[in-house]
Amino acid sequence: MNEIIGTIFIVIGLIFDFLGCLGLIRLPDVYNRLLASAKCVTLGTCGILFGLFLFKGFTATGFKALLCLLFILLTAPVSAHALARSSYLSGVKPWQGTVADEYKDEKR
Amino acid sequence: MIAKIFLFILWFLVWIFLSWPINTGDVIMAALVSLFVCYMINDLLFSNGETGRSKQTGLIDGIRRLAWFLYYVVVFVWECVKANFDVAYRVIHPDMPIRPGSIKVKTGLKSDIGLTFLASSITLTPGTTTIDIDKEKGIIYVHLIHLKNDYDPSSMRLAIVEKFEKILRRVFE
Repeated sequence: MNEIIGTIFIVIGLIFDFLGCLGLIRLPDVYNRLLASAKCVTLGTCGILFGLFLFKGFTATGFKALLCLLFILLTAPVSAHALARSSYLSGVKPWQGTVADEYKDEKR
Repeated sequence: MIAKIFLFILWFLVWIFLSWPINTGDVIMAALVSLFVCYMINDLLFSNGETGRSKQTGLIDGIRRLAWFLYYVVVFVWECVKANFDVAYRVIHPDMPIRPGSIKVKTGLKSDIGLTFLASSITLTPGTTTIDIDKEKGIIYVHLIHLKNDYDPSSMRLAIVEKFEKILRRVFE
């Protein structure tokens, strides 16, 4: 039973990882790409690791999967934040379809 | 001092779990590394400053904070899943219905850890990424993938931020 649920989680995770990569290719500029990859890849990878935990149960591998899940959840948004901020400050232009840019207005 | 001991135990357990199954060498290594790490970063994690958490830290207060934190986790997971479907829809759609923009949002949170949690939750929830935080003015700069047509720049409000802020204030402030 656990293995069926684990497989479902791993498949969902793979689908979201794929969509995150698709977003990375299709979306127009750095900020939107960051947004897609930070969200979809975080949930996708968490799904895969949780599926692995369901497969293995409370064993050494299962605990490691849970710990990795926690660390990804804590570090992925911080790295996305750092990348977005440094791109803005080093002058990467947003896409021309951007409707509002209050951060730039503030800094100039 | 209590914070230091707590951190030491935490790092020690993390190291032990990551290197399971363990032998004597692993335990010695874990103790040395966690001592070094908590000597190095203690001031970073618990620098409350003058705007830190409130002083009442009784048992009942702690339980109430924990309950609110669990509620926060539930809300967060739900919003995170919703966010992923939203972004997935925008990526798959042939026309890519996006209207990106960066806006200012006002926040009432003061403590470092509360702001960190707020910024991270914003990054992982519907179509928003935190770009920068101005702690003195209490402003978060947020990048949105789809800015609503009727958004009013002078209001400096965002529904999702207010939702998290209300819960996080009860947990950390």
